[in-house]
Amino acid sequence: MGEPMKTMEEIQKEIVEDFSFFEEWMDKYEEIIEFGKSLKGLPEELKTEENLVRGCQSNVWVVSEMNNGLLHFEADSDAIITKGIVGLLLRIFSGQRPIDIATEELYALDEIGLQAHLSPNRANGLNAMVNKIKLMALAHRAKEEAEG
Amino acid sequence: MIKTASDIRSSFPILRREVNGKPLVYFDNAASSQKPIQVINAIDNYYRNHHANIHRGVHALSQEATMMYEDARLAVAEFINAESASEIIFTRGATEGINLVAQTLGRQILNEGDEILVTFMEHHSNLVPWQMIAQEKGAVIKAVEVTEDGQLDQESFKNLLSKRTKIFAVGHVSNTLGTINPVKEMAHAAHQVGAYVVIDGAQSTPHLKVDVQNIDADFYAASGHKMYGPTGIGFLYGKKNLLNTIPPYHGGGEMISRVSIEKSTYAELPFKFEGGTPNMAGAIGLHAAIDFIRETDIQHISDVEERLENKLTNALKNIEGIRLIGTAPEKAGVVSFLVDGVSAYDVGVILDQLGIAVRTGHHCTEPLMDRYGIRGTIRASFAVYNTEEEVEIMVNALNRALKMLS
Repeated sequence: MGEPMKTMEEIQKEIVEDFSFFEEWMDKYEEIIEFGKSLKGLPEELKTEENLVRGCQSNVWVVSEMNNGLLHFEADSDAIITKGIVGLLLRIFSGQRPIDIATEELYALDEIGLQAHLSPNRANGLNAMVNKIKLMALAHRAKEEAEG
Repeated sequence: MIKTASDIRSSFPILRREVNGKPLVYFDNAASSQKPIQVINAIDNYYRNHHANIHRGVHALSQEATMMYEDARLAVAEFINAESASEIIFTRGATEGINLVAQTLGRQILNEGDEILVTFMEHHSNLVPWQMIAQEKGAVIKAVEVTEDGQLDQESFKNLLSKRTKIFAVGHVSNTLGTINPVKEMAHAAHQVGAYVVIDGAQSTPHLKVDVQNIDADFYAASGHKMYGPTGIGFLYGKKNLLNTIPPYHGGGEMISRVSIEKSTYAELPFKFEGGTPNMAGAIGLHAAIDFIRETDIQHISDVEERLENKLTNALKNIEGIRLIGTAPEKAGVVSFLVDGVSAYDVGVILDQLGIAVRTGHHCTEPLMDRYGIRGTIRASFAVYNTEEEVEIMVNALNRALKMLS
């Protein structure tokens, strides 16, 4: 069984600290946009209906893979701000144990002032994406238990 | 006397607030307009001083409330030049009005193989109600094509009209493109083949002088909240002889004349269609909104909006990578556009941070988005309280957003 490099709690703290240096919203968004641009995203063949998290305006695709007891995610979006925030979510959730992913309380985005992006009325699929990540984790967890 | 821009702006309390630390620039009027103090006061006054259930009570308050509610109906009738107030049915909005026609007229006249003609630029509210009744009755939906610049393709319209066409449902003004459709001419052609004409006026009533008799519309539906009025109120106009022959929509109190356990006889127009206690406060607020439009002058409103639309359109033409969606010669207060390689959502988020409310997405017109092969647009839509300075603020903000995003 692999061990996560850091706990999700540690990563969330790091993110909050990283963003605490930005006082202006513009700098914050610039950071997210640059982060979004730097992510490699998904190859076209993985941007399928099956991997799509339905959002009204921006599409988000997410795939997962178990490796040595840890669940890894990769994701993409057609909107760059969404992609940047998705990147933050992956930084938190990817490479963790499924049981931890399913139970981790996400607070970092709230603290850095991006909670509006996770509200159900932001039709960008992010809210749905967090739910999907947790469901995927639960599904893997159930599978692990069944396999003993 | 024409009101000055600052007179008009000062009537809208919400325009004084800030969003994200910036003065609000509200360019999402096609979704819902803001409310003048006259409308807010009318509702407040109604609840403070006049409220009681209407039509049945013999007491003073009930009579006052009834009078105010029926005065509002009269104001709507005059506003769209209906022949009489009994042709005006209060609804929750245009959507309910269209559903009412689909479920009454549609149920009464449609048979298997009959056609309902819509257009590719319809809002989902003027499409889905028709799909529902079509499915039930085995009728077929056909749709008029849209030209590249965003007009209804008249050739396609002529080709699709036939004796099988029983209902022609069309928006007077497109919410996504702003196109003003030639509904009078199209209604005439539809009547020639014996079709009923149902017009979605949600986007026209805030911007143009509407004359239902001149258009010769059989039904005309609109929403109060898009024309400076409250939410939850709208109206449906129907020609009296048609309203008399179609069945009622919702059963309940207010809409009957005599009820026994076995059956009921229905009330006269328009009460036959207003089952249950109606939205009195909404109707009275709508009356105040109509007064506001009349006092401001609808021609002045449309002049102001046209100036803003032209100013924004011209400014956008100078920005690299902008694609305007909807460039018809006759438009009403809407500018829809896309930027190459930039998601509309991202632009909307940055503009919001700068205090500017625009709409991004498909605007509930997915068939139209498919027509253009796009997923959505950025839409700025104007009201009479918007200013040229606000357009400049938006253009600067857009340039800033594009610099960040590209």
